[in-house]
Amino acid sequence: MRAFDFTRADSPQAAVAAGGRFIAGGTNLIDLMRLEVETPERLIDISRLDLARIEDRADGGLTIGALVPNSDLAADRRVIERYEVLSRALLAGASGQLRNKATTGGNLLQRTRCYYFYDTAACCNKRSPGAGCDARGGFNRIHAVLGTSDDCIATHPGDMPVAMQALNAVIVTLMPGGVCRRLPIADFYRLPGSTPQIETVLEPGELITHVELPPPVAGARHLYRKVRDRASYAFALVSLAALVKVTDGRIAHAALAFGGLAPRPWRDPAVEAALIGREPSVEVFAAAADILLGEARGSGHNDFKMPLARRLLIAALRDLTQ
Amino acid sequence: MTEYRMDEAHAGLALDRGVQGILGRPLDRIDGPAKVTGAARYALEHRLEHLVWGVAITAPVGKGRVVAFDTANAEAMPGVLAIYAGDEALPRQTPVFGQDRVQPYDGTIDSWGEIVGVAIAESFEAARAAARAVIVTCTTEDGVFATRDGEGDAFGPPEGALLPNIVKGDLDRAMAEAAVALDVDYSTPRQVHAAMEPHGTIAEWHGDKLTLRCSMQIFRQARPVLANSLGIAPEDIRLISPFIGGGFGGKNVSADALLAAVAAKRLGRPVKVALARAQIFHACYGRSDTYQRIRLAADAQGRLIGYGQDSLVSQKVGANSFEPVPLGAIALYRGEHRSFTTRVAPVNLVAHGPVRAPGEAVGMIALECAMDELARELGLDPIELRRRNEPERDPTTGRPFSSRRLIECFDEGARRFGWDRRERRREGEWLVGHGVATAARVNFLADSSARVTLTGEGRAIVESDMTDLGTGTYTILAQVAGEALGLPVESVDVRLGDSDFPTGAGSGGSFGAASSASSVALACDDIVRSLAAAMGATPEEMTLKDGHVIAGNRRVPLGDLVGDTPIVAIGTIHPGANNRRFSQAAHGAQFCEAWVNAVTGEVRVKRMLGVFDCGRILNHKTARSQAIGGMIWGLGYALHEELHIDPRTGAIANRDFGEYHIPTNADVPQIEAWFVEEVDRHANPVGAKGIGELGISGAGAAVANAVFDACGVRVRDMPITPDKLLKGLPPI
Repeated sequence: MRAFDFTRADSPQAAVAAGGRFIAGGTNLIDLMRLEVETPERLIDISRLDLARIEDRADGGLTIGALVPNSDLAADRRVIERYEVLSRALLAGASGQLRNKATTGGNLLQRTRCYYFYDTAACCNKRSPGAGCDARGGFNRIHAVLGTSDDCIATHPGDMPVAMQALNAVIVTLMPGGVCRRLPIADFYRLPGSTPQIETVLEPGELITHVELPPPVAGARHLYRKVRDRASYAFALVSLAALVKVTDGRIAHAALAFGGLAPRPWRDPAVEAALIGREPSVEVFAAAADILLGEARGSGHNDFKMPLARRLLIAALRDLTQ
Repeated sequence: MTEYRMDEAHAGLALDRGVQGILGRPLDRIDGPAKVTGAARYALEHRLEHLVWGVAITAPVGKGRVVAFDTANAEAMPGVLAIYAGDEALPRQTPVFGQDRVQPYDGTIDSWGEIVGVAIAESFEAARAAARAVIVTCTTEDGVFATRDGEGDAFGPPEGALLPNIVKGDLDRAMAEAAVALDVDYSTPRQVHAAMEPHGTIAEWHGDKLTLRCSMQIFRQARPVLANSLGIAPEDIRLISPFIGGGFGGKNVSADALLAAVAAKRLGRPVKVALARAQIFHACYGRSDTYQRIRLAADAQGRLIGYGQDSLVSQKVGANSFEPVPLGAIALYRGEHRSFTTRVAPVNLVAHGPVRAPGEAVGMIALECAMDELARELGLDPIELRRRNEPERDPTTGRPFSSRRLIECFDEGARRFGWDRRERRREGEWLVGHGVATAARVNFLADSSARVTLTGEGRAIVESDMTDLGTGTYTILAQVAGEALGLPVESVDVRLGDSDFPTGAGSGGSFGAASSASSVALACDDIVRSLAAAMGATPEEMTLKDGHVIAGNRRVPLGDLVGDTPIVAIGTIHPGANNRRFSQAAHGAQFCEAWVNAVTGEVRVKRMLGVFDCGRILNHKTARSQAIGGMIWGLGYALHEELHIDPRTGAIANRDFGEYHIPTNADVPQIEAWFVEEVDRHANPVGAKGIGELGISGAGAAVANAVFDACGVRVRDMPITPDKLLKGLPPI
């Protein structure tokens, strides 16, 4: 860990004006600093800011403060009743101790678990732009099959953001100039392209203050299914957050977001379009899976993610439409 | 002073006449409260005056030479005291089994992440930053970064190896003539010990005398290695290691001890060095991957006429010890044609060394899965197959077994598990199956001495440099001494893990409990003889209970017989002819119920049950914990554990506990361990056999066989991860 300056912000405005990396729970950043994968010169502690509340919105939605711990969010009665998929996703992640520390805002920005990103002796375009990508041609079982680029095949490791993607969450930020932005989660994450070090549309110094959840879809059934190598404390091989509603024998609503497949929580409008208005059947689900995986490309060790995602999608849709 | 060489069964110990009633009882660990309150100090937890911190510097190449160190930036960092790098006094790598010293630094790098120096600073953080700031420039050469790639240069067991190749009869012919012949290849991946406590040492010099507060399992091996490496006499080294946070074969002399000792000498201050998890994975040692060919040749009734376990493993260049894959197979089943051979490929990978149950842990997965395959080909119940192949004597050596109750273990296990009522079925998305496997682990006895002192207050003090890895050694030795001397455990103090005490067995190879308990029991015999003399009776005429000696119509407090001068006795056990006269092993039967998700291939184990024959049980609670711990390792070996090596560099990709998967609480099912108890008089005086390693043996196979039973997919390349099952699962 390199030496760094540490200051504590007493307001969001002061935090964005301070010019540095924000730290709240520190469950990811501190690990990365110990390994010198991250070497911020200045940390702004935002953990004491008044951003740890969950509030009802007039439209029936919720506003979640960026500092709400994962544990609290998962256990909130309103979240369990209205956004079951979110509570389930949160509880599928990490461990109890980590969920107590990890925050809503920080968890959106969790960085990849790519081995080569963590290994400072390896080449990684995300850690060191232009260095190359050792994951290609290396051991890539946990890597992405969708949305990758020649420069990066890392996956986004999170669970919570996958559920938020399916829920059409809106990320509210404060810019250094004092301007607030409202960013639909669909527009929040960037694909790696030739700049894998840039993972979101956040500007330097921009602070996530809240996450808004739109009103719940009445009558939709929720599911979060995480396939992993062990029963707990493992990142998803593939995960699926799904909200599906069937009306009069036809699929009326479908929101499907995947983890473990791509550099960001992956949601494909064409997959949902292939389902909405149709009568549920394995053939319809299989056609949706074909659309989902049409562009998928494995790197060798992770080729199994395609059939796994396909089976998971079909089984989940069958469960949700029965 | 009582010495006993195990040339024949011991005629009878005071322990055997004990009526205190504590031997075997499931007592809580006497060191438990100290551990849960933090009062028990582990190696790195000692705070010494003027203590400074050291962090190892490593070379980031898989094979090559160091050509330069740039230490300028590191040395300029605040709090940094010294950078020692590229220096022949420094260790290069952890010695492996059979090496008598730490290999010194010479600029050669033979595997990724070798240690090339140490940064010393006033704080841990400063030392870590400085270690990273040292720029190590290396040449790189083509290395052999996979066991298969080194196969062309593979060699057989060297002279004097623990396990020579064994070939009897003609297995090729037996395979050709067999009614049913099975010839299958299994493989197991590289694994590491994954002890919770990292490798670490605090070194402190007083003149020419060195004290190491360390985490080492076997002092009798460690002291000479340290002395040879440092160029000092063994007597000048004191090792203190009363508590160890897991060893599993991995806690012997490693680089941290040498780095700390050398730096402390140069700086004139005590130095603490702990290895980071990634350094432990790369620069200590682990278990080789194995590629096993299993051949089973059976007649139409399922009786083996021969079988073989022939393997390829690897070892880092320069060493020749190896994973003794067929160790559990050699004496296990009948059949005159036998082949147990191992080839060792030299590679540029982290060294191979002992990891819990060397041989059986990985060998028995393959053998016992293959036996399951054979049972299915024959249409036989897998337990019946084992029954038909139970030998009367060791089929390889012809020696009698010291004790062997394998079939009883199966019968007892089948009854408790409900084997005959098992039902392959589907529960929603889950496919449910059941599996069984044999457990076997060779039994060892090691030289061990212990001192027992009986004081005028009627307390006993047990002292040995024996270690407790967390297994319960303190408690069982208190029970042995208490039973033999007629004292409750509260009246017995056990002091371990200090090389100033008599040299004990140390912990390893599952020999610790039986060896150290035997030496304590022998010392107690000596004390009982002294008490008998004071009492004017023979030892056999006396009853010792609750701190009193009873003989005839007299009942005298122990302390009164001791008087002002404590009675001190040293008991020593040596292995003897019984090692050659008898085939010695512990046995067991492993049962498992596994659920396989028909959609995703995820496996969740629901039940495990083991019944074990491991001699006399000294404490049913700690024994059960040992067995269960081993079974969980077996579960992990079947489903989770695997080091992934990057084939281009030899570096380990998954070098932390986030990505090197061991079972979590959520993975561990309902789990039961039971014992078929028998005092094995031929094994050692107390009649106990090893437990900890036995629990692993076959447990992974029971899991894998249950997975096959559930879903019909036979994975022969461990671990069984969802991707490997996916192809064979029913269509969605």
